[in-house]
Amino acid sequence: MRASKDAIAPCSSERDGSKTLTETPLFLVTLRLADDALILGHRLSEWCGHAPVLEEELALANLGLDLIGQARSLYTHAGAIEGAGRDEDGLAYLRRENEYRNVLLVEQPNGDFAATMVRQLIYSAFMHPFHRAMASSKDATLAGIAAKAEKEMAYHVRHSAEWVIRLGDGTEESHRRAQDALDALWPYAGELFEVDAPMRAAIEAGLVPDPESLRATFDATMTEALAEATLTLPKLGSFQTGGRAGRHTEHMGFLLAQLQYMQRTYPNAAW
Amino acid sequence: MGAAVSLDLERQRAEALAIAGEVCDPEVPVLTIADLGVLRDVRIENGRIEAVITPTYSGCPAMNLIALNVEVALEEAGFTNVKVTTVLSPAWTTDWMSEEGKAKLAAYGIAPPRAKAGRRALFGEEVVACPRCGSANTQKVSEFGSTACKAHWRCRACAEPFDYFKCL
Repeated sequence: MRASKDAIAPCSSERDGSKTLTETPLFLVTLRLADDALILGHRLSEWCGHAPVLEEELALANLGLDLIGQARSLYTHAGAIEGAGRDEDGLAYLRRENEYRNVLLVEQPNGDFAATMVRQLIYSAFMHPFHRAMASSKDATLAGIAAKAEKEMAYHVRHSAEWVIRLGDGTEESHRRAQDALDALWPYAGELFEVDAPMRAAIEAGLVPDPESLRATFDATMTEALAEATLTLPKLGSFQTGGRAGRHTEHMGFLLAQLQYMQRTYPNAAW
Repeated sequence: MGAAVSLDLERQRAEALAIAGEVCDPEVPVLTIADLGVLRDVRIENGRIEAVITPTYSGCPAMNLIALNVEVALEEAGFTNVKVTTVLSPAWTTDWMSEEGKAKLAAYGIAPPRAKAGRRALFGEEVVACPRCGSANTQKVSEFGSTACKAHWRCRACAEPFDYFKCL
C-alpha cells in the first residue's frame, strides 16, 4: 500500500460506541468488508517463510494478496464515501483497535496449518456467495469490487476445502488437528451472519446481500467438505460476537502492533 | 511531439492506443497489455490523454508498474498530459486475452488458459496440455504458482514443470 500523505486520522467519538456523522450504512459496510479482508490477508502473510511446503508458501501468499487487493479497493471506496480525506492507508494503518470492524474469525491466530485452512474455509464459504450476490449491488463501486472478488474467492473455497478434506481424512494426527481447529473456530462462524441496524439499512437499500439468503449455500459448502473430511461440526447454542462493534479478542492488539508498526514509527513513510 | 499534435483526434487516439498496448506485462514479458486485455481504452479529451487499465487480480502487484510504463511510453511518443486510470468493472476474465496472446504464451512455455473452463467442482480436474511436448498427460502441482494469475503444473510425459495461466 502507498503510504498516506495526509495527517493522522482524526479521532472519532467511537470510543464510547456512539456514531460519528460520517458513519453512513454504506461507509460502515464497506469498512467492515475491508477490515475483514485486510486482517485475514495480514494473517496469511504471517505464513511467509513458514509454510509446510513450497507450494503452500506460494498459495498462502497468493490468497493473502487477493484479500489485501480487495481491501485496498474497499478502503479507497470507504475513504471516498466518508469524504474526510482518509485514503486507503489512513484507514488501514491509522485507526485504533476499537475502530476496526472485522469479524473475530479473521483475527484468530494462524495456529497450525489445519487451523489456518479451517479458518479460510469458513470465511471463503461465506464470502464467495456474498461477493457473487453483491455483484448486483445498487452501489456501482461495491458491485465492481464484488464481481472481481467473487472470481478470486472461488479459488479460495476450493483450495481450503481440498486441504480440510485431505487433513480431516488423512492420518490420525491430521484428523485430530483438523477437528480441534474446527471445534475452536466454529464458534466464530455465526458472526458472519449477524445483522445489526446499519447492516439492515444497507440490505434494505440494496447495497449488500442479506447474509440469511446465503446460509443455504454456506451450509451446503461446509456440509459437503466436512462430510468428505470425516469431520463433525460442534453443536453450539451461541456464537462469539463483538468485532462489528469494535470489541475484539486479545489477539487483535498484537496483530495491529505488527501491522501498524511502520506507519506509527515513521509517520507518512512512503514506498 | 509536433507530429502527434497535428494529427486529428481519432488518429491520435489510435496511435496512443497502439503505443500503450505495446507495454509488456512485467511478470509475463512475452505478453503486451493489449494481448492480456488489461488495456481497456484510451480517451482524448481537451488535450488530456487518459489510458484505462484493469487488473487481472485485485491484488496484482504489477499494476503500479504497468501504469507507470504506460505513462512513460505515451510521453516518450510525444504525448503530454497523460493520465492512467484503473477500473475494476467489468471484471477481467481470461476471455479478454487475445488468441494471439494465447499463442505467444504457449510458445513462451506457459500453458494458455482454456477458453470458458467455467467452474470446477471440488477436486474436479482440468486437462491442460504440456506447452513443451503437447502431451495431455499432465498433473497439477498447485493451484497457486509464481504469480497470482498462474498455477503450477508438471508434465508426466516429458517431466517438464510448467506454469498454467489459470482461468478466471
